Amino acid sequence: MADVNRGNRPLSPHLTIYRPQLTSMSSIMVRITGIALFCLSILIVFWLLSVSSSEGAFGFMDGLMRSWFGDLILFGATWALIYHMFGRLRHVIWDFGYCLDVEKSEKMAKIMFGGATVLAILVALVV
Amino acid sequence: MVELTLPKNSRMVSGKTWPKPEGATNVRTVKIYRYDAVEGSAPRLDTYFVDLDTCGPMVLDVLIKIKNEIDPTLTFRRSCREGICGSCAMNIDGINTLACIYGIDEIEGDIKIYPLPHMPVVKDLIPDLTHFYAQHASIMPWLETATNTPEKEWRQSIEDRKKLDGLYECVMCASCSTACPSYWWNGDRYLGPAALLHAYRWIIDSRDEATGKRLDDLEDPFKLYRCHTIMNCTKTCPKGLNPAEAIAQVKKMMVERRV
Repeated sequence: MADVNRGNRPLSPHLTIYRPQLTSMSSIMVRITGIALFCLSILIVFWLLSVSSSEGAFGFMDGLMRSWFGDLILFGATWALIYHMFGRLRHVIWDFGYCLDVEKSEKMAKIMFGGATVLAILVALVV
Repeated sequence: MVELTLPKNSRMVSGKTWPKPEGATNVRTVKIYRYDAVEGSAPRLDTYFVDLDTCGPMVLDVLIKIKNEIDPTLTFRRSCREGICGSCAMNIDGINTLACIYGIDEIEGDIKIYPLPHMPVVKDLIPDLTHFYAQHASIMPWLETATNTPEKEWRQSIEDRKKLDGLYECVMCASCSTACPSYWWNGDRYLGPAALLHAYRWIIDSRDEATGKRLDDLEDPFKLYRCHTIMNCTKTCPKGLNPAEAIAQVKKMMVERRV
């Protein structure tokens, strides 16, 4: 906000001193999972590319996806996808004008974290 | 723009530790942000020790005691000491609130006090609120009328008056706006929760005749729509108001008038 600073005044500390809130953390996580899912879509493109290029490339990509590391990424991605979906659903509820107080929003945040974790584990067990 | 780190001139250095009071048994450590433009040095974090047995119950009492007995150069705004003027808004124990109505017993461990976050600092705990006030002025914080009748006072039904409850109580302390990450990154163009709550207060006033113009003015990617319902505003409001809901209602009205 340099253009609204008259004189060379220091900027007061912000991120480093503000206590994380359940509402703000659940909000930034929606954005972080959104970005993570975008990165994941690039991985899927690479996977498809490897299918169409050569047997060796596919073998490498498929091996990577089936390794413990691949499992970890896919589990994280499942969690992110479900969490992100819950997050956007919360925005829909808000946009209709419901649950706009701190108590209900925090309850929804807990459901988002808990629900995503439970559902991601369920998906991992089934698939 | 999102800038996670502070500019070079704003980074804090370790500050002075002031002497402990003698013979006191109930001593609390208080860490306070200090900056003096005349000294020209970097902002610092000073450590004070306050005897709570001879101190009032609120954080403002601690500040006044320090100014009276330990360090007269400590600077902060205060006036009413009962949460109605909004002068002593600051960041206490990681959240924005009014020092005069925030109890010392609500804080565990050291008391940490900073000026309102992401604001230009004039001195110590005093931020420059010029831009914040200008944004409030920009939403036309008055009753705007086109017709001239009735010539006497304009009556309001009990239901219509009720719509203003939870809005008119705002004391413009700036706690909400300076708690909002969106306001931190885009405060030059995003109006912030305080100004938007006031905008809504006039939009839903049954006597106001400029509702359309008010909504037109807010129809802007930055002024209104930088709100992402992070809810730090509502969570921190020392008066227990809900700016997040007020903003959501404005967004809703924007959609409703289009369909």
